[in-house]
Amino acid sequence: MTLLAIEGLTGGYGGADILHGVDLRVEPGEMVVIIGPNGAGKSTLMKAAFGLVKIREGAVLFERRDITPLRPDQIVRQGISYVPQENNVFPSLSVEENLEMGAFIRTDDIRPQLERIYNFFPRLGERRDQIAGSMSGGERQMLAMGRALMLDPKLLLLDEPTAGLSPLFIDQTFERIRKINEAGIGILMVEQNAKQALAVCDRGYVLTMGRNRIDDTGANLLANKDVAEMFLGG
Amino acid sequence: MTEFLQLVIYGVVLGSILTLGAIGVSLIYGILRFAHFAHGDIMTMGAYFAFALVVGLGFPIWASAPFAVVGGALLAIAIDQTVYRRLRRVQPIILLISSFGIAIALRSVVQLIWGPHNQVYASGIQMPYRLGDLVIKPDHVWIVLGAVVLVTALHLFLTRTKMGKAMRAMSDNMDLALVSGIPSERVIMVTWAVGGGLAAVAGVFLGMDTRLHPVMGWSLLLPVFAAAILGGIGRPYGAIAGGMVIGLSMELSTMVINPTYKPAVAFALMVLMLVVRPQGLFKGNA
Repeated sequence: MTLLAIEGLTGGYGGADILHGVDLRVEPGEMVVIIGPNGAGKSTLMKAAFGLVKIREGAVLFERRDITPLRPDQIVRQGISYVPQENNVFPSLSVEENLEMGAFIRTDDIRPQLERIYNFFPRLGERRDQIAGSMSGGERQMLAMGRALMLDPKLLLLDEPTAGLSPLFIDQTFERIRKINEAGIGILMVEQNAKQALAVCDRGYVLTMGRNRIDDTGANLLANKDVAEMFLGG
Repeated sequence: MTEFLQLVIYGVVLGSILTLGAIGVSLIYGILRFAHFAHGDIMTMGAYFAFALVVGLGFPIWASAPFAVVGGALLAIAIDQTVYRRLRRVQPIILLISSFGIAIALRSVVQLIWGPHNQVYASGIQMPYRLGDLVIKPDHVWIVLGAVVLVTALHLFLTRTKMGKAMRAMSDNMDLALVSGIPSERVIMVTWAVGGGLAAVAGVFLGMDTRLHPVMGWSLLLPVFAAAILGGIGRPYGAIAGGMVIGLSMELSTMVINPTYKPAVAFALMVLMLVVRPQGLFKGNA
């Protein structure tokens, strides 16, 4: 059963449409990357899947259920978590409190899940009492992902997870994302570091002017001459 | 020296009252992003809720205060649900103006029910404690102790409970709270309950310290805002420091200027703060 299916999506933020009939799907456990030039609507497409965009036409289906009319707080309960590109932690809360907020809607004991996150991101475990606002960009990105994983989602939406990180942290972040994916969590991400993203993903979509341009496996996109010329620096 | 220490005592008492009001203003600003102008009149309402129990049922004032807290909390929730909730997505200035309207309406209700005159919880003379030359009224002790207990309780609520943490999270980053699944309307309701409840106690304490009057809370609104801004609006912990600084400044200023100008001192400090350090003593959320 297809995890996420976006069908003929048209919409934007209330003004002119940014997306013009986009189709996209993510199968269970798959890692899918959206690449494309600035202003192509990549982040908008991802936000549309999370109820943050005014959708005029088309539909978003999650496990065949229509989630188009749902609000973000309802979508989170369906099993999708979203990590925004910026401002993705609660700066005055501690690391642990940030994670607890990620699990706000859970009523069961969250200790085991907290420990799993700390095992996965040992850095967060060492700094559980640190105030999130005082952490480095890379650490915040880990925390943001940790927060999103607290609900054990089936699908994780990542908006440019490596933006603004140093090359060392970029590699580490891709490695983490691949491990999350190996645990069976579907991943849909927007990435500027197209080359690295395509190398780790299962499939990729090239978006231009709010429309699908090309979609193929990561490896094929990497080998595609047009894609290379457009986004991969020749 | 005695005069100075005596004024410090008065300053701490006034500071305690201002703090309880300013915490609510700061919490509400942090989450709903508007300056709540009816906060002073919720204080007034709280004071009169207690008055109704003292006069009507013969309750002692300390037993009436908890009912006033509940009354203030329910009143604040009711106002939010009937008025402010319809205005969640408008510009903050419209919310501010509507809260101004609420303030006038509340004041009129108080006048209609209890009349425009000064009233007191208990008449007669209270025997003060004497510490050397210093005079301390028993009520002053209760006011300061009450404020300490409530501020401690608030601190525990904000740092130990899920709902308290969610309030801080929403104040930090509303959008992220939304995508994390934090139920914003529930958190907003609790914020009004806490803010309204604390305002009601502040009103009761103000009534114990001075007297009850329909404009008692309104006339304290300026110093309350000064305290919230001084502490960095949106930061409830800053409001505690801000309340004490404003309370002490207002009382100590009477050593050099006419006491009539006490509110002007608060106003001057607020303006000075906005010019020199608009983010507040501690970094605020403005």
